[in-house]
Amino acid sequence: MVEIEIDGKTLEVAEGSTIIEAAHQLGTYIPHFCYHKKLSIAANCRMCLVQVEKAPKPMPACATPVTKGMKVFTHSDLAVKAQKAVMEFLLINHPLDCPICDQGGECQLQDLAVGYGESASKYEEEKRVVPDKDLGPLVSTDMTRCINCTRCIRFTAEIAGFMELGQSYRGERAEVMPFIGKTVNTELSGNIIDLCPVGALTSKPFRFSARTWELSRRKSVSPHDGLGSNLIVQTKHDKVMRVLPLENEDINECWLTDKERFSYQGLSSSARLTKPMVKQGGQWVEVDWSVALDYAAHALRDVAKTHGGAAIGGLLSPHATLEEMYLAQKLLRGMGSENIDFRLRQSDFSADGHRRGTPWLGMKIADIAKLDRVLVVGSFLRKDHPLLAQRLRQSAKRGAQISVLHSADDDLLIKLTARAIAAPSQLPALLGQVVKAVCALKGTASDTALAAVTVSAEAQAIAQSLASGSDGGSAVLLGNFAQQHPQAATLQALAGQLAAALGGRFGFLGEAANSVGGYVGKATPGAAGLGAAAMLKDPRHAYVVLGAEPEFDCADGAQALASLGKAAAVVVLTSFKSQAMLDYAAVLLPVSPFSETSGTFINTEGRVQSFFAAAKPLGETRPAWKVLRVLGNLLDMPGFEFNSSEDVRSEALAGKPDFVSGLDNGIDLAELNLNTSINGVERVADVPIHFADALVRRAPSLQQATDSAAPTARMNAATLGKLGLVAGDRARVGTGGAATVTLSAELDTGLPDGVVRIAAAHADTVALGAMCAVLSVEKA
Amino acid sequence: MNNQYDMLSSESLRRIDREVAKYPADQKQSAVMAALVIAQDEKGWLAKETIAAVASYLGMAPIAAYEVASFYNMYDLNPVGKYKLTVCTNLPCALSGGVHAADYVKQKLGIDFNETTADGKFTLKEGECMGACGDAPVMLVNNKRMCSFMLPEQIDKLLAECK
Amino acid sequence: MALIDTINPLLTTGWAKGDAGWSLKDYEARGGYAQLKRILSSKMSQDDLIAEVKKSVLRGRGGAGFPTGLKWSFMPKAAPEKYVVCNTDEGEPGTFKDRDLLRFDPHSTIEGMIIAGYAVGAKRGYNYIHGEIFEIYQRFEEALDQARAAGYLGNNILGSDFSFDLFAHHGWGAYICGEETGLLESIEGKKGQPRFKPPFPANFGLYGKPTTINNTETFAAIPFILGMGGEAYLNLGKPNNGGTKLFSVSGHVNRPGNYEVPMGTPFAKLLEMAGGMRGGRKLKAVIPGGSSAPVLPADVVMECTMDYDSIAKAGSMLGSGAVIVMDETVCMVKALERLSYFYFEESCGQCTPCREGSGWLYRVVHRIEHGEGRPEDLDLLNRVTDNMMGKTICALADAAAFPVRSFIKHFKSEFEYHIEHKKCLVDPDVQRAGSGFFSASATAGTV
Ligand SMILES: Cc1cc2nc3c(=O)[nH]c(=O)nc-3n(C[C@H](O)[C@H](O)[C@H](O)COP(=O)(O)O)c2cc1C
Ligand code: SF4
Ligand code: FES
Repeated sequence: MVEIEIDGKTLEVAEGSTIIEAAHQLGTYIPHFCYHKKLSIAANCRMCLVQVEKAPKPMPACATPVTKGMKVFTHSDLAVKAQKAVMEFLLINHPLDCPICDQGGECQLQDLAVGYGESASKYEEEKRVVPDKDLGPLVSTDMTRCINCTRCIRFTAEIAGFMELGQSYRGERAEVMPFIGKTVNTELSGNIIDLCPVGALTSKPFRFSARTWELSRRKSVSPHDGLGSNLIVQTKHDKVMRVLPLENEDINECWLTDKERFSYQGLSSSARLTKPMVKQGGQWVEVDWSVALDYAAHALRDVAKTHGGAAIGGLLSPHATLEEMYLAQKLLRGMGSENIDFRLRQSDFSADGHRRGTPWLGMKIADIAKLDRVLVVGSFLRKDHPLLAQRLRQSAKRGAQISVLHSADDDLLIKLTARAIAAPSQLPALLGQVVKAVCALKGTASDTALAAVTVSAEAQAIAQSLASGSDGGSAVLLGNFAQQHPQAATLQALAGQLAAALGGRFGFLGEAANSVGGYVGKATPGAAGLGAAAMLKDPRHAYVVLGAEPEFDCADGAQALASLGKAAAVVVLTSFKSQAMLDYAAVLLPVSPFSETSGTFINTEGRVQSFFAAAKPLGETRPAWKVLRVLGNLLDMPGFEFNSSEDVRSEALAGKPDFVSGLDNGIDLAELNLNTSINGVERVADVPIHFADALVRRAPSLQQATDSAAPTARMNAATLGKLGLVAGDRARVGTGGAATVTLSAELDTGLPDGVVRIAAAHADTVALGAMCAVLSVEKA
Repeated sequence: MNNQYDMLSSESLRRIDREVAKYPADQKQSAVMAALVIAQDEKGWLAKETIAAVASYLGMAPIAAYEVASFYNMYDLNPVGKYKLTVCTNLPCALSGGVHAADYVKQKLGIDFNETTADGKFTLKEGECMGACGDAPVMLVNNKRMCSFMLPEQIDKLLAECK
Repeated sequence: MALIDTINPLLTTGWAKGDAGWSLKDYEARGGYAQLKRILSSKMSQDDLIAEVKKSVLRGRGGAGFPTGLKWSFMPKAAPEKYVVCNTDEGEPGTFKDRDLLRFDPHSTIEGMIIAGYAVGAKRGYNYIHGEIFEIYQRFEEALDQARAAGYLGNNILGSDFSFDLFAHHGWGAYICGEETGLLESIEGKKGQPRFKPPFPANFGLYGKPTTINNTETFAAIPFILGMGGEAYLNLGKPNNGGTKLFSVSGHVNRPGNYEVPMGTPFAKLLEMAGGMRGGRKLKAVIPGGSSAPVLPADVVMECTMDYDSIAKAGSMLGSGAVIVMDETVCMVKALERLSYFYFEESCGQCTPCREGSGWLYRVVHRIEHGEGRPEDLDLLNRVTDNMMGKTICALADAAAFPVRSFIKHFKSEFEYHIEHKKCLVDPDVQRAGSGFFSASATAGTV
């Protein structure tokens, strides 16, 4: 620590801090544009010039390190004169048309110009005009406004991991741009809108739709991946106009993924269901709530009466709130069904009954920064968990060693230390090799089931990296793909063994907003009940579907459609209607999306995050917790006397803890299932980032992004060759049954042999059924 | 995926490799300036595809290579004539005829700065100090050949030489 | 163009044979590489070596005049990876000495760099040569091959345990790469945008490793300093201004060229060596240290001696030693317009005051030159320069400001005349005649 003085106030700051950081500690504001605490220091805008005793020139506070006894003056004549000089320079080529600028009202330049600008500029020469750039469907440009602070450039290079923007040309002609003809494609691109201190980069979907002062703001929580990013939802006349990050250093820092930022567009999609509907004589009619609820209650009661409660299955979206899941399971259990599940994309349920607790990240999100060795198993990390990937990217830059074990070698834009890529069927054995190698290195005994495995060079390299870490500094993280894997329980057990051998941690990367909350809300089958896959494989007479679109959200969409289609009664609580629903459902109950209801998500680290509605429910939409409560009442079930979602939460959580208890990734598995022999081409299915849930699927701007491209059949060169295909060919993909799908064959050098990668959760590929399957592939 | 840099000749790639070898193994990007010159020599100018090819060969982001190509002003981001003449008009040269030499060339070729003759033979550029002010007027031919004391007679001779 | 005249040939001893004397054997015949051999065979300590350079009071020849020995002593001893970098970017208008150094005697720079590598414990060096002199770059690469073949570069040089290799890197048209950190960025394959300092290159230089960076002439002087001893070198010049210096004389003199003279030589003597004023015309003004140095009127400069202290006292800078001589045919407004255009064109664009200010300055001066000046423009120019100076990452903004301020200060009436009469004080025909282009005899400026 060093002692310094700022504007006459003394303080102690850490050695190596900059003046601006020290000032921040004091709450003293120093004007700045290029400086951003999460980005490298550029010191190019020069707005932060301050006076430092004994320095002949004003010094940039953002870049000048403190020294012992330094005396800083942020408001002295010298400092203010310098700041005003810089402001004048910034404004000479800047359009002074704030009233028509989309940034107007929330522009740092505008704000500071009021304090530091002269009323009239002496600049009477011609102003610079900079051509606008096409950055894609999300970010709009007005480059004449750009002040060349380079924050956006540094963001793409440093945070998003790949330099997609640069400052080309030089001097006054310097221009921020992507490479000629390219757009900005990172899944984090929207953050450059927030970072841009002026109106050069603005939100394309939001553009000109409202002025900042017309908006109401509500805090909320992202309904997408398991991170639980904190949001500010901005509305105008009860319509969500914009979503911004709410800074939370422990969760999303100051970032949002594009999915979280722009999915709100789906909230006003024309596919919103705004009135209850029932099917009468094969015809859909809009009805009053009371009619619809009666109808639903009756239908369920009839099935239960005739076939028993077990004839009903409940498929709950993992993006539903804790309160919704809790009430739904209570309702189903009340009718005598234990067939309840929210783990819709899971295919291996053999761990049920052997878990010691609720699967979770195994640590606090913020603690990721403390890890020095990480193995990520079975994860499309960059697209499934963009902000966790971002944290690991920063860790790697600080020297942490990150390794990957997976069935696809996608570019994570993270410097990897080691990687092992194998077909899905080989993943358990491959992870077994790593366990065996680590045990050997640590001199401990490995599971006898691993006696027969031979350690490959790739596994050895991963083991060596892991074993070289600090005490307690390593972690094994299981991604969505590993959790959806047909031998998920074995992968989990092996990951547990690996972490134990390393003395490190072991965690699940939560797929959905409530991947932990589903367990906590008891939305899992009871001992006699069926899990999601089983209740579809073994069709039920009736289903209750909450917030999910089973054809896209289940492990085997084709099977889901078939079973739902056969059911006598399908009661759907949904915010959106689709043709599929109109086909299989009997009742459609319009329930609120996250923005129109209060509720709770429990994120992957077990953090309880409740939120209120940001807008009034659209049309006759009602919060699902209320709908479920009324259903419970109609069915004369006890224990449905809730006055608020908080009441529901209190019951579900027994209070209001900050973090839930019972988190434990331990598993007591009798035996490992290491061997599978496969005959054919194995499917590797990812869930594309903009297709992962019903809301994002309906966000038009996101659907135009490069991440939303139509699915293809990707194979490595050897597999293409063996099948007589060349990239660009049409390939007919079949499941062995009647269904075939024709897709464009593409080369993907990151795939192992004998594998075809075909995205799931997409209309084009629903017919292919199971996410993990053996397929036939031939030239169409 | 085809390797984009197939579009550069193997001779150019060999020359680029020689440049890469000058730098530490993990600093390939250091060779980008030389590589862009080599590519420009081969192609005559730097089309975006050429820049992308160089970037891909050196494992850098295309925009990072474009930043370089657009920052240094001897790279040509647009096609130029067979002979690119760059005349230094900076003050020291101007004092000894630099501007007049440029005027003379303009008049002889009938083009202004940043223009190319109709036959595609000559492009005229205005240059900044070339570090040869004692030899003024100075002129660069195709970036690499410096011509000194370019008085009218020498200019006539040079233009005649350029076939 | 070779050297025309000298008083004390050191750096220029090898230039006598013009293009025929640059190769290794010529250099060795002149006693080249003897100092390197002596250092290696005597296992001279790094400290002694640096002490010797300190004694010479060699001040960096790149412009800032920072004592070279002191700079070398900043290099951290323990760092495993360090670099030596030579700055042959030579973009400062009026400067053309480094080109001739590498053209006529590249091995003195190479030997100087190897010795520097030994002194600071670096194993690798780069010479950054600006792109406009590609022919010289190629020659330098040839010289490197010669030195490598002779065992002066590479592993275990001359059987010692000292290893050092050296490479050439060329620029491609950006003045700013002469700024040392812009240069380092450029070697790293980026735009040449200067870095904020601290950290200085001695701690965080090329590839983030400790780096010593010096001008070509600075390195070239090293073998001579060690040959004659630091003190003797110092005594060639004046106290605090050691040795000899190359001056690039350009503009309205009869024999533009490089002149090596002891520090402290009177300007008048240098002018005389350069053949005096072209056509016997009257001296009007001199920029004594490259285009960024403030201009000095004739009467002031005639009283100066050519060394850091004297020129500084007169209100300018010795800079890179580029002496731009202007006679009475020059319109000072037009001259300034050309200089301002240069800084506008060459600003790297990162710092707001430089990016925006350099264009502002140029446009206003351009307006004045083109008869659209306003009475308030001179105050405006002074205010804009004031707002630029000392507020940027590198000194280019100051370099853009100095000419404007000094031209207005010393030649205000010419600017006022322009503004008032919308034309030059100096008759256009007189200006046209000044350059000698149209009337030139083929012999002007020959070697
Ligand atoms: C805008 C600018 C341009 C410069 N150009 C050159 C140059 O062309 N050559 C040079 O040697 N130094 C140049 N310098 C100075 C260098 O930054 C650095 O001080 C010098 O190379 C150090 O070497 P020395 O100590 O041997 O002089 C320039 C500095 C600035 C600010
Ligand atoms: S002062 Fe000018 S040239 Fe120097 S770093 Fe700043 S913008 Fe670039
Ligand atoms: S914030 Fe310090 S220079 Fe921009």
